[in-house]
Amino acid sequence: MRRPAIGRRSKPAPQPEPSAQPEPAARRAQVRQLPPVIELRNVVKTYQMGSVEVPALRGISLTVERGDFVAIMGASGSGKSTMMNIIGCLDVPTRGRYRLDGVDVRRLDERSLARIRNRKIGFVFQSFNLIPRTSALANVELPLAYAGIPPRDRRVLAMSALERVGLGDRMDHMPNEMSGGQQQRCAVARALATNPALILADEPTGNLDTASSAEVLQVFSALNAEGRTVVLITHEDEIAAYSKRLVHLRDGHIVADDRRCPISAPPPRPPRPVEAVS
Amino acid sequence: MNGLENVRIALRGISANKLRSALTVLGILIGVGAVIILVAVGKGSSTSVQNRIKSLGTNTITVLNRGRFGAGTARTGTQSRRIQLTMADVNALQDKTQAPDVLTVSPVTQSSVTATYNGATYSVQVTGTTPSYLDATDYHVQAGRSLTEDDVTNRSRVAVIGQDAVSNLFPGGVNPIGQRVRFGNATFQVIGVLAKKGSNGFQNQDAVAIAPYTAVQDQLTGGTTFNQLVVQGKSSGSLTAAQAEITNILASRNDTTAANLPFLILNQGSLLQTSNSTNETFTVLLGAVAAISLLVGGIGVMNIMLVTVTERTREIGIRKAIGAPKSVILVQFLVESVLLSLIGGIAGVAVGLIGSQFRIVGVQPVIVPYSIALAFGVALAVGVFFGFYPANRAASLRPIDALRYE
Repeated sequence: MRRPAIGRRSKPAPQPEPSAQPEPAARRAQVRQLPPVIELRNVVKTYQMGSVEVPALRGISLTVERGDFVAIMGASGSGKSTMMNIIGCLDVPTRGRYRLDGVDVRRLDERSLARIRNRKIGFVFQSFNLIPRTSALANVELPLAYAGIPPRDRRVLAMSALERVGLGDRMDHMPNEMSGGQQQRCAVARALATNPALILADEPTGNLDTASSAEVLQVFSALNAEGRTVVLITHEDEIAAYSKRLVHLRDGHIVADDRRCPISAPPPRPPRPVEAVS
Repeated sequence: MNGLENVRIALRGISANKLRSALTVLGILIGVGAVIILVAVGKGSSTSVQNRIKSLGTNTITVLNRGRFGAGTARTGTQSRRIQLTMADVNALQDKTQAPDVLTVSPVTQSSVTATYNGATYSVQVTGTTPSYLDATDYHVQAGRSLTEDDVTNRSRVAVIGQDAVSNLFPGGVNPIGQRVRFGNATFQVIGVLAKKGSNGFQNQDAVAIAPYTAVQDQLTGGTTFNQLVVQGKSSGSLTAAQAEITNILASRNDTTAANLPFLILNQGSLLQTSNSTNETFTVLLGAVAAISLLVGGIGVMNIMLVTVTERTREIGIRKAIGAPKSVILVQFLVESVLLSLIGGIAGVAVGLIGSQFRIVGVQPVIVPYSIALAFGVALAVGVFFGFYPANRAASLRPIDALRYE
């Protein structure tokens, strides 16, 4: 008995050639035809704390289309980070379905998940999570190395990613030789090094001062302006103001979902050119 | 991720905690070094024992009379007779039909005397024998001439002497050849000097004088009997056959059975074999003790790798979050542990080679090549074996658990 694997059958249709530069209206039409980037259906996550089951997500349904900039807000313990970890394929839901680019991640094995984390998703953490005692350039090269890109190309790609976030002059610095803002921009450079369509950020400005936060958010706006989907978690309304769509979580439920501006519009706070930090 | 990069990442991990890595390497180093040195010591002691046995002669069988003063007692039923080794026995053993595997038979009569020359004295063992003795017992004449059959028939009072006798009796660099030396009460003329031979473990083989048995019997020992016979076999393979022939001839000549013969018939080949197997056991035992220390070193590697994995759990989480597949994490930590044991192995081989240059408890170690390959190979295998569990544990961590680890 031979039949094609279900996961394979539900694979999305080949993407249109990006160099074709279609009209904005035509592009919008094509985007509509593609499956949503993120599609959560009644996702439930419970943690086992000894003998007690603690629910973190109590049935989340959320669809994020390509090119959107979503801010997720909520008090601590509302389930934001749990949701983000599931979206980022770092964790799996207890119940419910999560489709990424139309593919049900529950059907994927360890190896395929690693590939998805590497190619499709760029993850930015609150605590930067750079590898210690490793230069900024080496940190950004790491996902490219895991993608199997040869060393020379890797270097070029990593350097251009660092230049995009304004760290062109900090490539050989170790994480402990950089400020918090610089470390986070380095982490963003690492997240976008493999050119992923989806950028996830879990309170990326939580450990940063106002000026550094603005620098990092400028980078996210710029990434969204070129068509990447951005989902970020935040506590602050000031930061949520950068997004096109605002989702509120409370006690593992979505309690509000406000669209602030259309997906196809430019991000509400258009990026200024990033100045190199002296 | 190619191999070189893995090695670079592993080196960075090793150098991140230098003291800890050095101590781990030390464990492997001691294990590998100990295996090489101890096996070399075992081999060295076995070589020295073999050399001593070989210095007794090549392919020889020694017939010793068990009784005192070269006379033993044979029992036939209830009767007992004294039996001695005589020239008639020597001739019987040289019979080509009855003893086809015997090459030469040399009678030996020995006496310990004080040698005197020009006021210098030295205690030497005088051996009265025939010329074939020198060949059978591996003595070589360095200067002058050797004994001849004529010396034996003419009962000439001539002798070839060993190196220690020369240096003690002729201290001023006098040429000993042609000089007259007193052995006890008899005077012998020195006709030759023997090459240095060293000790055979029982006696100094350089404090000797070898003379015709006829002259020694006349002047020193008296009588016509011998202490022992040195029989040279045709080849090392025929020694057992020669031993049987000797036993049979001596038994029938003395009208008794082989079991009642009062002679000790020592076969050099079987002596070598016995000492070889004893020494092999000894070497294996030493090697086993060293191997245990290598195993302990391996457990040290595992211990450190487990600590490293725990310490770097967060880093593993980050790597997985940015897309490192399980295999890459596994290889990263495996390379690190193999590298630790590889460094320890190389250093251990160096220590083993250097350590084997020195005398250890009176034994000059002899390096055995297979022990180096074995110790080094085992060290590497230990690195893989004991590194696999920690590496697998690191690779199997779920990214979210690894990231949350504090």
